[in-house]
Amino acid sequence: MTTLFSALPIDIALSVIAYWLLLGLIGLLLQNSRIISQWIFPAGALGALILAVGAVSSLGGAVNTAVLPLGLPDLPFHLRLDSLSAFFLLLLGAAGIGISVYSAGYFRNMEGNTLGLLCFEYHVFLAAMALVFMADDAYLFMVAWETMALSSYFLVTTDHSVPEIRRAGFLYLLVAHVGAIAILMCFGVMQGGHGDYTFAAMRHAHLAPFWASATFLLALFGFGAKAGILPLHIWLPEAHPAAPSPVSALMSGIMLKTAIYGILRVTFDLLGMQLWWWGALALTLGLVTALFGVIFAAVQTDMKRLLAYSSIENIGIILVGIGLAIIFHSFHKDALAALALTATLYHALNHAFMKGLLFLGTGSVLHATGERNLGKLGGLIHRMPKLALLVLVGVLAIAGLPPLNGFVSEWLLLQAFLLSPGLPHPYLNMLIPITAAALALAAALAGYVMVKFYGVIFLGQPREDKPGEQVHDIGIMERIGLTWLALGCILLGVFPVFFILHIDYVTQMLVGQTLGSTAAQTGWMWLTPIQPERASYNPLILFLIIIIGVIFTMQVVKKFYHGRLSRGPAWDCGFPEQTSRMQDTAEGFGQPIRQIFELFFGITREVPSPFDKKPHYHGETRDLLWDWCYVPIARITETLSALIGKLQHGRIHVYLLYSFVTLLALLAFIR
Amino acid sequence: MANFSGQLINLFAALLLLIAFAMLSQRRVLSLINLFALQGLVLSVSTMIVANSSSQHHLYYSAGLTLILKVIILPWILHRLIRKLNIKWDVETLFNIPTTMLVGIALVVFAFNLAAPISQMAGTITKGTLGIAMASVLLSFLMMITRSKAVPQVIGFLAMENGLFFAATSATYGMPMVVELGIALDVLVGMFILGIFFFQIRETFDSLDLKHMEKLKED
Amino acid sequence: MNYSGILLQLFQDTLVVLIAPLLLGWVNQCRAWLQNRSGAGVLQPYRNLVKLFHKDAVLAHNASPLFRFTPYILFACMWLAASLVPVIATDLPLSPVVDVIALVGIFALARVFISLAAMDIGTSFGTLGARREMLVGFLAEPALLMVFFTAATISQSTSLVTIVEALAHKQFVIYPSLAFAAAAFVMVLLAENARIPVDNPSTHLELTMIHEAMILEYSARHLALIEWASALKLLAYTTIGFALFMPWGIAEVGNWRFVPLALAALFAKLLVAGAGLALLETVSAKMRIFRVPEFMGTAFLLAVLGLLIHFLLGSN
Repeated sequence: MTTLFSALPIDIALSVIAYWLLLGLIGLLLQNSRIISQWIFPAGALGALILAVGAVSSLGGAVNTAVLPLGLPDLPFHLRLDSLSAFFLLLLGAAGIGISVYSAGYFRNMEGNTLGLLCFEYHVFLAAMALVFMADDAYLFMVAWETMALSSYFLVTTDHSVPEIRRAGFLYLLVAHVGAIAILMCFGVMQGGHGDYTFAAMRHAHLAPFWASATFLLALFGFGAKAGILPLHIWLPEAHPAAPSPVSALMSGIMLKTAIYGILRVTFDLLGMQLWWWGALALTLGLVTALFGVIFAAVQTDMKRLLAYSSIENIGIILVGIGLAIIFHSFHKDALAALALTATLYHALNHAFMKGLLFLGTGSVLHATGERNLGKLGGLIHRMPKLALLVLVGVLAIAGLPPLNGFVSEWLLLQAFLLSPGLPHPYLNMLIPITAAALALAAALAGYVMVKFYGVIFLGQPREDKPGEQVHDIGIMERIGLTWLALGCILLGVFPVFFILHIDYVTQMLVGQTLGSTAAQTGWMWLTPIQPERASYNPLILFLIIIIGVIFTMQVVKKFYHGRLSRGPAWDCGFPEQTSRMQDTAEGFGQPIRQIFELFFGITREVPSPFDKKPHYHGETRDLLWDWCYVPIARITETLSALIGKLQHGRIHVYLLYSFVTLLALLAFIR
Repeated sequence: MANFSGQLINLFAALLLLIAFAMLSQRRVLSLINLFALQGLVLSVSTMIVANSSSQHHLYYSAGLTLILKVIILPWILHRLIRKLNIKWDVETLFNIPTTMLVGIALVVFAFNLAAPISQMAGTITKGTLGIAMASVLLSFLMMITRSKAVPQVIGFLAMENGLFFAATSATYGMPMVVELGIALDVLVGMFILGIFFFQIRETFDSLDLKHMEKLKED
Repeated sequence: MNYSGILLQLFQDTLVVLIAPLLLGWVNQCRAWLQNRSGAGVLQPYRNLVKLFHKDAVLAHNASPLFRFTPYILFACMWLAASLVPVIATDLPLSPVVDVIALVGIFALARVFISLAAMDIGTSFGTLGARREMLVGFLAEPALLMVFFTAATISQSTSLVTIVEALAHKQFVIYPSLAFAAAAFVMVLLAENARIPVDNPSTHLELTMIHEAMILEYSARHLALIEWASALKLLAYTTIGFALFMPWGIAEVGNWRFVPLALAALFAKLLVAGAGLALLETVSAKMRIFRVPEFMGTAFLLAVLGLLIHFLLGSN
């Protein structure tokens, strides 16, 4: 590396964090929307770029550690940058570049004082996520984790004048804190009674299987609350749509991955052991989450909620990968564990790009039309062609279509499933093919969801014509940000081996095996996870063949065909009164899914009778888990607090009596 | 040769299971009877293969008996029955077929796990198919549960007997001849009695829907 | 990479493009015979294509570039798919580019594009067709994947070439799981190619149509390309079926003299399969659209069952 990077990677990362905090402060003090959008956000993107480059250079390098004399006395901050941290920092940096650049354009018309605050929270959020990835003791980890939760809470409630957004923010904060408690307890169990909360000490503490399992379950719960794993997902479809779009992109693309990082860190690094049933549990939860997310995504009518549910689905897929890796690792099939883990990490990286791209795309749609209800959009491909093209890339990628990136990780994951036979456990051998089938179903449903998303927003005719409204295409900064993310989707899809060689450092660290050596054995273009005869995939050539096929066909047709073309009205099928309102709405498009999976939803519908003068349709699909899980909990809590509330009389001498009785009891106790 | 016939038996076992699933998801009474006949045929052929490869000659008689009884006589009786009862084109409304099949798949996994220790002890060349035999018994049972009309239930019952027969062949090369004859006679007589029953039920309730039987309950 | 391989690949590329409409014509002809009609002859699809290529194209006013671009993508995808399946020989240099999972992905890519194009004009029929196509697709895709998985676990490979080699050229073994897979595959084939129990390829303007509803707005060369792509899809599916369930007669690597024989075997198989398909279509009736998920769900579960049977019978 050049002299610029002669500094240790960890120093680079720390300086970027400090730089972000500084940028946030400047924004807070300046409160000038022009300067903030034109200079500070691009500067933040520069920081992200430096972070990404630094992270790449430290992948596979020596482990850096640092101790900062901050925090409480005798409890300094321990930091550490190893390959796992570096990978997630890379994810943060790489996706952060696009999102920050986009924000520069997106926020340009915002009011100065609001934007100043937002800029501060935004950069604190970025810095806190980076710190989470680098923390090497439980104390710093929790500080960074809570900073991340709080800053994102304030970001979610940017529009705090809207009651629904306040409610969404509260729900988010609540679940985040329930999760944080679980994480805290998980660290408490893991330090094993030594009182040393550094991760280094936890690595050496050998836990009994029972306590290790307790740790894993607590970690799964705590981090699952952040990731949106069923049944802790309820905050996600509320909070993500409430936030401004770049923030949604950050939360969905990057923040959810902090939870994945946490699970990986605890399971593969801090705990020295894995039991196979942990993997089976994670696998099952992941599948249920993935199917649930995608089925609910298919019936959404709000475009950002749809994406939020799609995030739940993708987190589920990632969790499936983790579960498989745990199962393989616990049976000492490390090469397979490396395959599953590579698929997991690759999907995490992919999702950061795809979901970032799509959330930002909805932001532009929202800006241009002021509408996020799918039922009122349509035909935007004519008015926003550049945006439509970029979003199309994201849509194809997240639908898991070759030759884009979503397909690569799904391909790897399915390969891992196919290799699972041969585990020394008959039940697992039988159940794993079934889970592969469920995963395939979820992946195919994602295609349905994405066709709906893209088709209803960008294609067809505008469903509601708003006169006098000028819908403009995206500006230059937005375009750069989106192009960066779209380019990421394409490159990750076409050159997988190049990226897998970098992910190898992480799998080497976590399970002691790599994929790249086998993946690249037949050349850098060929993705062959085991042997070329077993499975091979070459996205670059596939991409080229499709392009060549298209061009060839076009040329041949052009040569032999006269090429006359005329425009006419769309065929009305003999029914002359067709209007643009007769197109499928989002609800109409999701209707088959709603009908097939009726059992999963709580559906309330008001269908107008044929004689209504003003026909009105209202349909709502509710999450049954809310009714089954959360309402009872809320009710129990309310009953309990009502009981405790009886203690409260408002008379001072009764309170004095309570204190007196407590005092007597304590005295009797210590006697 | 033994290996080849083993594979052939496996194939027929799989076909048996396939037919069991097809019966589970079949709505039409007529097709159900045809499927039942087909199942009998597969059963009979596979029994013949077992007989051939294990040189157990009494299995040839069993196979012949199966062929006559389950492929010719019983389907013929059933065909006559539905023609007389005028329900030839009856279509049953079934509860969500994919869900039923999902339950069926769970049953298959369960049956195989149940059969694993037994088939390890058995010394027959057909031991691998015991799980399938048990699965078809359970599937036929499931079919009886999901039906509300009388004739499909009877077919489910007969299919269950097919599964049991197959289980016996695969685990111990069939039951003693006397037992088998007895069962065959039982099935035949049972069929006649049930046929008479059908007419009685229809005369009483004007329908073969077994939901009406609920009225017989004392309140 | 050897020259004979490249030559074979080019030969196959040309062959599949040329014979794809023939298969369609044969199926239609058989159907006509079975329905006591004289039929239009096996060459009718070619005449249709020529006719369409001579017409002037009409586009709807608000057709976007996506709409015009889709037929080419569709055609390229289907052509690619059909030319990657080992039809006459396993010695195809392009075959390792895509394994069976990626093949499913290519079909999905084509499906997503045609559905998007159908929604592009914004007529109610187009969106209706797109919705139904995706409905069929989301169940057919995993079912197809499970069929492939069954074959892949048998041959320990997801590469089609290796699967064919394992099934055709090794010791003859009966795989009961393939019986389930075959049943599921036939159901998927019917659904994916808009054949009768699921969709009716020969009607227009019925409320039950799927594929035809999507391509209502296409005309002339675009329509010709789409029709051709559909024919290629049918051919691709049929040859995949051959590769998985009757892989006999496909030439091995480096065995040139076998190619004419393989070609003859291919045509014989196509004759039989086309007639079988026509028979299946004739004896079955078009389903209500909401029976289709049930049908596809059955196919999916059958394929899963096949996979399961493989493990269960194998483990004992």
